[in-house]
Amino acid sequence: MDKKRKELQVSALRNGTVIDHIPSDKTFQVIKILNLEASENQIYFGTALESKKFGKKGIIKISGKYFADNEIKKIALVAPSATLIEIRDYEVTKKEKVQLPEFVENIVRCFNPKCVTNIQAVKTKFRVIEDHRGIMKLACRYCEKTMGKENIEFL
Amino acid sequence: MNMLKGRSLVSITDYSKDEIIQILDLAEEFEKNQRQKILDQYVIASLFFEPSTRTRLSFESAVQYLGGSIIGFASADTSSVKKGESLKDTILTVSCYSDLIVMRNPMDGSARYASEVSPVPIINAGDGVNQHPTQCLLDLYSIRKTQGSLENINIVMIGDLKYGRTVHSLVQALTLFGATFHFVSPESLKMPSSVKTWIKNAGLEYHQYSDIMDVMPIADILYMTRIQGERFPDPLEYEKVKNSYILNKQMLEGSKDNMRVLHPLPRVNEINEDVDDSPKAYYFQQAKNGVYVRQALIAAILDLK
Ligand SMILES: [Zn+2]
Repeated sequence: MDKKRKELQVSALRNGTVIDHIPSDKTFQVIKILNLEASENQIYFGTALESKKFGKKGIIKISGKYFADNEIKKIALVAPSATLIEIRDYEVTKKEKVQLPEFVENIVRCFNPKCVTNIQAVKTKFRVIEDHRGIMKLACRYCEKTMGKENIEFL
Repeated sequence: MNMLKGRSLVSITDYSKDEIIQILDLAEEFEKNQRQKILDQYVIASLFFEPSTRTRLSFESAVQYLGGSIIGFASADTSSVKKGESLKDTILTVSCYSDLIVMRNPMDGSARYASEVSPVPIINAGDGVNQHPTQCLLDLYSIRKTQGSLENINIVMIGDLKYGRTVHSLVQALTLFGATFHFVSPESLKMPSSVKTWIKNAGLEYHQYSDIMDVMPIADILYMTRIQGERFPDPLEYEKVKNSYILNKQMLEGSKDNMRVLHPLPRVNEINEDVDDSPKAYYFQQAKNGVYVRQALIAAILDLK
């Protein structure tokens, strides 16, 4: 059965997390922001996979790893369409779409070089907002400038 | 109940419409009776990490009229900042010596940060290119005083509308009072779309022009700003536009009787000196109003009124 086959594909992990439905071209960025290159865990990933919903998607499977809140927020900023699937003993124990947070703290650098957060030891704080065209932006609590996705640099 | 008691003022958007009115009403009281020794035995710190003589003198004058004492510095050269002290340490130290801190600092967002770490209230006297809320309050005071009300005025903003933080804050504040906005600027210095979005979201209107005279007959307030040459990527373009946004006395003919010309000062050449004699020139009185507004602000935050 098709459904069964899919589950098998995902449950190939005994314990760990699958990040599914990543926009294909964001797969490597997700690997980078989660610092998976430096990880000792087994990692499998694929890009340009066929997906009915997304056209081309990426997928990452990390063995023996579950993500903390701040890591999930990072994923949401880069790949808001992603789904997180947690697996324990071959069973899917949790499956949910990542949520864009309302605030992000100490995750992203402010793109304004004159912002106090880039000059003094200040934790960055941003409000996640939408501009008038519905595009996601981050508004710095300190310098009050807003930056788009293209300016996001993770700490 | 004084809602401003003990609160820092970092950005004009920290204040509600009622809180703005509270300050303006109190400023009016100080205009009628400026010398009130309510700050006797209070110490105000004035920390200017970059020089801004006009703003600093206005604050210091406000404190002196209230009978308070001032400590602080007028530029970072003479302070411990030069030795590499962090802003947090400077604020924490100075808060031991004072009841309130007035701060000017070239770092964007430094005022918000200072307000988070400081045990005493902070008044932002300018943080980089970000905010300068006391300028906004004195502009509002000047508009209310000359027009009798802040409600539903036609305000014309002229010059550098792209980078001018005073016009952005003023737009934000005036959206609370239902103004109609008229913007006159060169193509490359137009009002940013984020500011226009606030206006739309407030259900208000704005109009854009390239010639001052097109809007002169309906203006209640002409708010002039400096156009700085270094804002232009192309010096040739600057040469082309710089004289299109200069106001002279003759241009005021045909304007409404209640119309007044405002400018945050210092001016360079955007208001011809022949305008100074016109009863419609209000920019020096505007600067004077800054002292009343700062007196009101300090009195309200320290809950002395
Ligand atoms: Zn910032």
